[in-house]
Amino acid sequence: MRVEIKDLQFSYPTGVQALLGVSLNIESGEQVAIVGQNGAGKTTLVKHLNGLLQPASGYVRIGDWDTKEHSVAKMAKRVGYVFQNPDEQLFSKNVGAEVAFGPKNLGFHAEQVQGQVKDALAMTELSDKTETNPYDLSPTWRKMVAIASIIAMDTPIVIFDEPTTGQDATNIARIANVIKMLREHGKTVITITHDIDFCAENFERVLAMSQGQVLLDGKANDILGQEDILATTYVDPPQLTRLGKRLGFEKTVRNEEEFLSALKK
Amino acid sequence: MAIVNLQNVTYKYPLTDSPVLQNLNLQVNEGEFVAVVGPNGAGKSTLCYTIAGFVPHFFKGELTGTVEVAGNESSKSSLHEWVLNVGLAFQNPFNQISGAKYTVFEEIAFGLENTGVPRDEMKGRVEEGMKLTGISDLADRSPYSLSGGQQQRVALTSILVMQPKVLVLDEPTSQMDPIGTREVFGVIRTMAERGMTVILVEHKMEWIARFADRVLALHEGQIILDGKPREVLTSDLLVEKGFGISRYTSVARKAKAMGLWKNNELPVTLDEAVEGFKK
Repeated sequence: MRVEIKDLQFSYPTGVQALLGVSLNIESGEQVAIVGQNGAGKTTLVKHLNGLLQPASGYVRIGDWDTKEHSVAKMAKRVGYVFQNPDEQLFSKNVGAEVAFGPKNLGFHAEQVQGQVKDALAMTELSDKTETNPYDLSPTWRKMVAIASIIAMDTPIVIFDEPTTGQDATNIARIANVIKMLREHGKTVITITHDIDFCAENFERVLAMSQGQVLLDGKANDILGQEDILATTYVDPPQLTRLGKRLGFEKTVRNEEEFLSALKK
Repeated sequence: MAIVNLQNVTYKYPLTDSPVLQNLNLQVNEGEFVAVVGPNGAGKSTLCYTIAGFVPHFFKGELTGTVEVAGNESSKSSLHEWVLNVGLAFQNPFNQISGAKYTVFEEIAFGLENTGVPRDEMKGRVEEGMKLTGISDLADRSPYSLSGGQQQRVALTSILVMQPKVLVLDEPTSQMDPIGTREVFGVIRTMAERGMTVILVEHKMEWIARFADRVLALHEGQIILDGKPREVLTSDLLVEKGFGISRYTSVARKAKAMGLWKNNELPVTLDEAVEGFKK
């Protein structure tokens, strides 16, 4: 399902102009990372995709639905949104009920709900924790519950806001694996992240935002090497990209595999 | 001379079966900059709470062993005495912000008001603190209208202005962009250079390697490594136990196995990696 954003502008009631005319399309099944400094408009942009925010001018279309013409509740059928802080979205007494809440609310049949919940729990490695109260879990596992509860809704588009914040290496790998599985299921994934190494290793397309506008948009290898432009939005290239550049590699490298193969030459 | 002294500390939260910290011993000298690394659930935040006196005073639970800071023992002191020596910036700034103040300026002054700092001095300290952390322009905003990264700066500033002897920081830059991270590490370093003792929980290995005097690796409530940043951060034990390591260390380790890294020591920072790979 295609995402189409055209001339999108938005200001907060405080007068802060958060988006100054953003136009871009995301095709079905694409995996896009959005990077940029605090206050660049990343969260404001993605909150337009499920109608949490409405454009001051321009439009956002999810497939054939204009977000202005549909309620947030209805948009939830097409766009799932995993919040940065899991505590803002968890409220049920056990993990099973929490993860079933979304698909139930979307009106899926009981059997379908069961199947989607089962798949979502398996993807997030929570199958043995269905009876646990989410607040008895560590913050790491609460994050996985938040992710499972959105995946269970089986939306064609899934948004992650800063999924790796406060997570350790093991859980970051777990989250990367969830994103990989979503890709294999043909889902569109849009992720806001400050973790540029995570971005480099898991996403093919990168959008860099700055001061309410899209600064760069393209293939990860083309974007992540542009040190000077990225610096204007407070982003450093990934660690291995920087290392490759310092060692005089011709091509931009963004993961260990690419680095080691360039090193051999 | 040790300003922080933990002897045989074991701690269990209320209503839980197993201890989070297990028979932990730790001495930190005055003016030392100590970083703590470890996977989620290792007990890093609990260690911060213990040094800052929230354990046992706020969280209750069962604490055995002794926790001393600047010669005082936590179980024999009250929390309001304790905060004069130790300041803690929380992992999630949202949990730290008082909720009782309308502006950032007032929020940062909150601790000073409660410890009876005279008005003029309070004003000066708040202004200086905001300047240091680069948030002077946020003075009149509501603490709740800020981004995660900005809230973290407010939370840090409100601790710095208390001028504690020991500064405990629990992932102070987790919600910041890379340049914000760099700036905040600059501030922390300035504090360390002024002689403040710093205990920092952090996942960003490159920054630890550049700034810390000493690194502790915490695993299942115990200190499994304690030494110079390079020794600890390049140790094989970290990989075995599922710790995150710097990408420079990781890629050099793989290159070494392929015969493409010649140094004995593995790198933690970019400069070390560049130097080693050029050989």
